[in-house]
Amino acid sequence: MSATLIDDPPLPQRSYWKIFARFCQQQPLGTFGLMLVIVMAVVGFSAELIAPYNPTANDFAAMTEPPSWQHLLGTDQFGRDLMSRIIYGARTALIVGLTSAIVGGFSGLILGVGSAYFGGKIDLIVQRLSDIVMAFPLIIMALAVVAIFGPGVQNVILAITIPLIPRCSRVVRSSALTVREMPYVDAARACGFGATRIILRHMVPNVMAPFLIMVTSFVGQAILAEASLSYLGLGVQEPVPAWGLMLQGGAEEYASTAPWIAIFPGLAIMLAVLGINLFGDAMRDALDPKLRER
Amino acid sequence: MRRLLTLLFLTLALPAIAAETPKRGGTLTFMIPADAPPSFDGHREVTFATVHSVAPFYSVLIRINPNNPSSSDDFVCDLCTEMPKPTDGGTTWTFKIRDGVKWHDGSALTAADVAASWNAIVYPAPGVLSARASIYSMVDTIAAPDASTVVFKLKFATGAFLPALADAYAFIYKADILANDPHWFEKNILGSGPFKFKEFSLGQSISGERNPDYYHKGLPYLDGFLGIYAPKESTRIEAIRGDRAALEFRGVPPSAVDQLQKALGDKIVVQTSDWNCGDNLTINHSKKPFDDVRVRRALALAIDQWHGAPALAKVATLKTVGGIVFPGSPLAATKEELEKIAGFWPDIEKSRAEARRLLKEAGAEGLSFELLSRNVDQPYKYLATWAIDEWSKIGLKVTQKVVPTGPWFEAMRGGTFEVVSESACQSVVNPLLDVQKFLPGDVSPQNYNQYKDPQQVALYEKMLHESDPAKQRVLMREFETYTLDTQAHTLMILWWYRIVPHRSYVKGWKISPSHFLNQDLATIWLDK
Repeated sequence: MSATLIDDPPLPQRSYWKIFARFCQQQPLGTFGLMLVIVMAVVGFSAELIAPYNPTANDFAAMTEPPSWQHLLGTDQFGRDLMSRIIYGARTALIVGLTSAIVGGFSGLILGVGSAYFGGKIDLIVQRLSDIVMAFPLIIMALAVVAIFGPGVQNVILAITIPLIPRCSRVVRSSALTVREMPYVDAARACGFGATRIILRHMVPNVMAPFLIMVTSFVGQAILAEASLSYLGLGVQEPVPAWGLMLQGGAEEYASTAPWIAIFPGLAIMLAVLGINLFGDAMRDALDPKLRER
Repeated sequence: MRRLLTLLFLTLALPAIAAETPKRGGTLTFMIPADAPPSFDGHREVTFATVHSVAPFYSVLIRINPNNPSSSDDFVCDLCTEMPKPTDGGTTWTFKIRDGVKWHDGSALTAADVAASWNAIVYPAPGVLSARASIYSMVDTIAAPDASTVVFKLKFATGAFLPALADAYAFIYKADILANDPHWFEKNILGSGPFKFKEFSLGQSISGERNPDYYHKGLPYLDGFLGIYAPKESTRIEAIRGDRAALEFRGVPPSAVDQLQKALGDKIVVQTSDWNCGDNLTINHSKKPFDDVRVRRALALAIDQWHGAPALAKVATLKTVGGIVFPGSPLAATKEELEKIAGFWPDIEKSRAEARRLLKEAGAEGLSFELLSRNVDQPYKYLATWAIDEWSKIGLKVTQKVVPTGPWFEAMRGGTFEVVSESACQSVVNPLLDVQKFLPGDVSPQNYNQYKDPQQVALYEKMLHESDPAKQRVLMREFETYTLDTQAHTLMILWWYRIVPHRSYVKGWKISPSHFLNQDLATIWLDK
């Protein structure tokens, strides 16, 4: 008797382009969201090249001018070009949104996986602290942090990041608890690997799907929170171009006489958050095996 | 025929007379454009947030005539019985105090209370802040020789004394409370004014009810008042538009008036006045590089006031370019005189070139600093945003930090800021004393520039003691040039313009050049 071993045929490697094309085909709304995000990113980070005017330069000869060929989206009460301020405002939104989401997300990832891996008292303490922070709605918690540390871009990022950490940590922990019981984690432990290696090499990669979905949704939440804080006068301060601040800095006062001051920054916030949320939803659908084939 | 004419007269005139006959009752709801008063103590504070909140609860010794508040010399008694004539060559002023005045707790108010309050203002106890103590430098002693007499003895005769005595913040406090705890009135209210304190909710509202024992018989007309705190202008305008409030007393920008008039037509009445408030960009001399006069002068030279004023007047409560004296006053600088001072040069390019040269010479090119501002839209945030753009034109990188009224004062008093957007707002127009705001902090507690300058004080003293108006004017120019140009101790920016739109049913209140004056609400009535 002889036995012949036949190798399994290798799985076909799909290129990133093919994955992307499949994503676009299956998730048209998500693709639209991604396009909005890309446009926002390109506009925000190349603001110096695109913006027709200096976003902080007052022009008293053009105060509260309606949209025209000179100022496509009109001007505000200082004669500043709204289009330029919206373009630069995209950068502020992205800086605050991405930084808060990434820092908050990664802190939550480490905390969540660590909490699940170690369990016991560490898990208990981390989860109860998370409960305390999560007891406050995001904007209330952010308001409290800004009230303590004061306004400004860095403090706004801090204010938004802190409440995001336990939210991410909680979701990641629930996935990590399942991963912790997997045989390959036991095997790694049996091989004598340290906790750091097991967490970073074996657990973190296996909770990336829910993590990425969370981070995507955090970007939208952070942009909205930044706009809300700025609108309340607690976020970034004049003359920094920021969408929420543009709504706060005269939009109410001129709502009836120069409505474009409110409409365009409001539209920018709406499109940015819509784009990120659509993309996030599509990511979730694409990464969730239960939803993937629907 | 005569009967017919009489009938015709009565037919035409009676409704008008009847319409202007004050009606009793009702509650006046008004907006206070602040988050909260920093404290209730008028002696300590310099903000309308305190006066608009608590003035209806207190009496004062004398005041500007409530029926003629625009005047700078029509003073009438509040607690005194008649305006006295000075004796001893103008150095002794004897006031007779009304009988039968009661504190809101029912006890009797005497001359001892008046003297104790004025002594607390002029000679505050150690550790107690009296914001305007310096304007009473002419006062020698204040005494109450009997229960109904208060005597002010002055070191020298001056026409500046009576306007100073009519200060809107000079509330009369109960002597025994002051003696036990001079800080008591910071957090508590007990007065003898037209309204009794009812309720205060932090950040929300303050209310009062009619004082039935008020000594001005027949007053107040209102049953009570409710002051609602709302730092956001849009909130206040919407409240007036929706008739949830009848007015705000401070003043609003032209755009807000346009909105209200468009929406409410003849249901809104607008009163306007030049405003005895000038904006300052106060520089902290104790922070480097602002200890260098070249840097301070550069900050002044960068700002184009002549070009900015007409534009800002469209969107903010700012209007008039002026020096340290209320524009229009005989002691104020003319345009030609102003144009010689740094910050007022007519050629802005030349001015900015000089600013850049000074910065380079001081090694402060591209200087970055933080401008502290108050979270009151008008005019602080407008002024700050404009100034930041002006400074950017000489290469300065300035960020703005906006804080609520309490921390704003805290930062100024503690000297923890670099440059702050603030204002010099005064009561009765009284330039000789109003300019004390510009004296160093060891002389004037209202000055937050954190410097000492005996030479400037000497210039001021010389002017204060000068009785010849012409010479006084010359000395004022010298003082002004020294303050704004030679030393550039502070930046005097634009003077405000007061526009108060109110519901047409609010009667009995007249605008004045100061939003501190005429705020006890005693003469207001509602034509509803």
